[in-house]
Amino acid sequence: MATNDPTEEMPARAANDAPLAERRTVAEHRVPTDGGAALIRSLELEGVEVMFGLPGGAILPVYDPIIDSSIRHVLVRHEQGAGHMAEGYAQATGRPGVAMVTSGPAATNIVTPLCDAYMDSIPMVVITGQVPTTAIGTDAFQECDTVGITRSITKHNELVTRAQDIPMAIRQAFHIATTGRPGPVLVDIPKDIVDPKHPNSKLEWYWPTDEEVAASLPGYKPTIKGHPKQIKEAAALITAATRPVLYVGGGILKARAAETLRELAELTGIPVVTTLMARGAFPDDHPLCLGMPGMHGNYTAITAMQQSDLLIALGSRFDDRVTGRLDGFAPDAKIIHVDIDPAELGKVRRPDVPIVGDCRLVIEELVRVLKESGAAERQPDRLAWKQQVSGWQEKYPLTYEPSLPGDRLKPQFVLEQLRDLSPEDSIVTSGVGQHQMWASQYWKFRHPYTWINSGGLGTMGFSIPAAIGAKVGRPDRTVWCVDGDGCFQMTAQELVTASVERIPIKVALLNNSYLGMVRQWQEMFYDERYSEVFLSPDLPDYVKWAEAMGCVAIRVESPEEVAPAIEKANSINDRTVVIEFRTDSAEKVFPMVPSGLSNDDVLVFPGEPT
Amino acid sequence: MSAGVRAGLPGGHHVLSVHVENKAGVLARVANLFARRGYNIYSLAVAPTDDPNFSRITIVVDADSAPLEQIVKQLNKLINVIKISELDPRDSVERELMLLTVNAAASARSQIIELVDVFDGRIIDVGHDELTISLADAPERLDDLEVLLSPYGIVSVQRTGRVALPRLERSSTPGSAGHLRVAG
Repeated sequence: MATNDPTEEMPARAANDAPLAERRTVAEHRVPTDGGAALIRSLELEGVEVMFGLPGGAILPVYDPIIDSSIRHVLVRHEQGAGHMAEGYAQATGRPGVAMVTSGPAATNIVTPLCDAYMDSIPMVVITGQVPTTAIGTDAFQECDTVGITRSITKHNELVTRAQDIPMAIRQAFHIATTGRPGPVLVDIPKDIVDPKHPNSKLEWYWPTDEEVAASLPGYKPTIKGHPKQIKEAAALITAATRPVLYVGGGILKARAAETLRELAELTGIPVVTTLMARGAFPDDHPLCLGMPGMHGNYTAITAMQQSDLLIALGSRFDDRVTGRLDGFAPDAKIIHVDIDPAELGKVRRPDVPIVGDCRLVIEELVRVLKESGAAERQPDRLAWKQQVSGWQEKYPLTYEPSLPGDRLKPQFVLEQLRDLSPEDSIVTSGVGQHQMWASQYWKFRHPYTWINSGGLGTMGFSIPAAIGAKVGRPDRTVWCVDGDGCFQMTAQELVTASVERIPIKVALLNNSYLGMVRQWQEMFYDERYSEVFLSPDLPDYVKWAEAMGCVAIRVESPEEVAPAIEKANSINDRTVVIEFRTDSAEKVFPMVPSGLSNDDVLVFPGEPT
Repeated sequence: MSAGVRAGLPGGHHVLSVHVENKAGVLARVANLFARRGYNIYSLAVAPTDDPNFSRITIVVDADSAPLEQIVKQLNKLINVIKISELDPRDSVERELMLLTVNAAASARSQIIELVDVFDGRIIDVGHDELTISLADAPERLDDLEVLLSPYGIVSVQRTGRVALPRLERSSTPGSAGHLRVAG
């Protein structure tokens, strides 16, 4: 499919790597080697260009061959950072992120990123060191049951017990992480099988073919192509619907299907809502784009879904943050649900037409069927629906009260300025909380793969390491890390990594001196009884802290300082810049569907009666 | 269990026959999935198949704990799971093994032995005042024997999880080469 966006068709592996890899592997076939060298060689052959990690006892032997490897290793300051960087890298590039850490506490430190990647279907391979095979089960130093701990938060994991299994285990890990519904795969490697001084590490090199990898996984055959009959039924429902909505989720981005989605939307004239995980999958400035639905979505996106007679769910999963109270969600809508994971179909809401398959292939096929049958022209007149939708858009735009002179900055104002003064193809990352919602609401996403956040797990502290990973993957892009003060304090140490490794990101820290989203809930639903949410505006001193970590730091307190600070940050490309914006603590995120209520009960403005 | 009145399966049950790779940790993955998603396992039996690379896990699932379809779909996502078949109890043969020790004073002993005979069970251990009985049969038959023996005083009961296979197809034409179905 022709596309103007270079990110759309980015290959999963460096294209020129394959022939070279084949030549080399044939020449190296059966050459004696050791597990550590074989592990690094396997990563190289999988096309890995960068990995994020931190060495330690059990993984030590694997760090030695890294010195001679073509792979760039980014040394993090905390293993959680390595995991989120790999996630950011994967989301920005579409290629699997790779992290490598040692056993025990390092493995437990990377549990959060694994779970985060599992919830958001991010392709990632994590290598953990493990105590020697002979010590497993003895409560050895830095031993933990990594595979047991991560079983339910990885797509797959494996404890490799023989050096000769390493190349196959790595190939399987990349295959599983990147195909079907993407996700994290963990490979646990005991020290003795990678230590060249240990006889257990000896193996004859080999590199399994694609066929051998497939044959080694008899239980793994993702369904890629949608069922033709189901696609025809979907086309028929689309042709009959009078109030349809395309409900687009992160699966569109995983399937590299943004262009295809646009073709479907334009062919049918059906409006599109993009969930938090799909921001950028459909351009915000497109006339058919309604923006984000859900708990903090805009009125039009929420209400269009509520009142639709057909929801075409593409790579979305009816998350509770989107549906609100389930029995009140889109009561009149028939459902077409396309997902590569069969378990998503019917998990939350029973679809009328379920289609298992890759979103891009299914949509392409749907477009073809709609065109060939002439169905696109036979669609009912939807003028009334379009007028209703645009009426909502006019009546209920996103708004906020501008600050009065002398007041704290409004976070929405800061984000508008940031949006307007930064390159339109900037990559934006965020942590979790109010700043995340404002960033998603107020940024205008025009390109896929420009919005990276922690959606499913809601991991505070995600933003800084994810931004670093994204910048490593896309050094040509401006990367803005939008962060809150609570999140910043969780992973700020990775700014040292950014400085040392010369990965210049830009941080917009919205400092409202509170755990703002929790504060908002306490204000609205706990009678303004504020419990353990105050963080202090001055402690730590964010400017000094950022400077101590090698960053350029700017503090902004008044509206007229906002634009100059952002312009200065955008002009600095050799160092990380942190702008601390002192924002209004009392500001709340609206619209809001209070937890447990139906999407019909959306509060558009503060103070609206509940 | 003190008496033979065993709590049955409320709302019925499903039997899943799960074909898996015979590898370390696969049972843990399956069990973990049930725990993680809040599905209840009623009983479980595992053994290698005729091909030692694969095992069959027979799981009896409480039908009320989750929609069966979602359980099967989630199980299918496990990389080491090859195939899952649901065995409808009406179209499958099920067997379970029970070892049961019962009080058997001299006066009651012959009655108990008679009862066990009727059920085609076996006395596998004999003590001064106790007998240990083994019975491998359909789970309902095990329930029945347990109920009938409970008045004598059951000392202990150990039952395996059930194993099951689909009933074989038989031609409806008499005399044709169909398989003989064993009763029970």
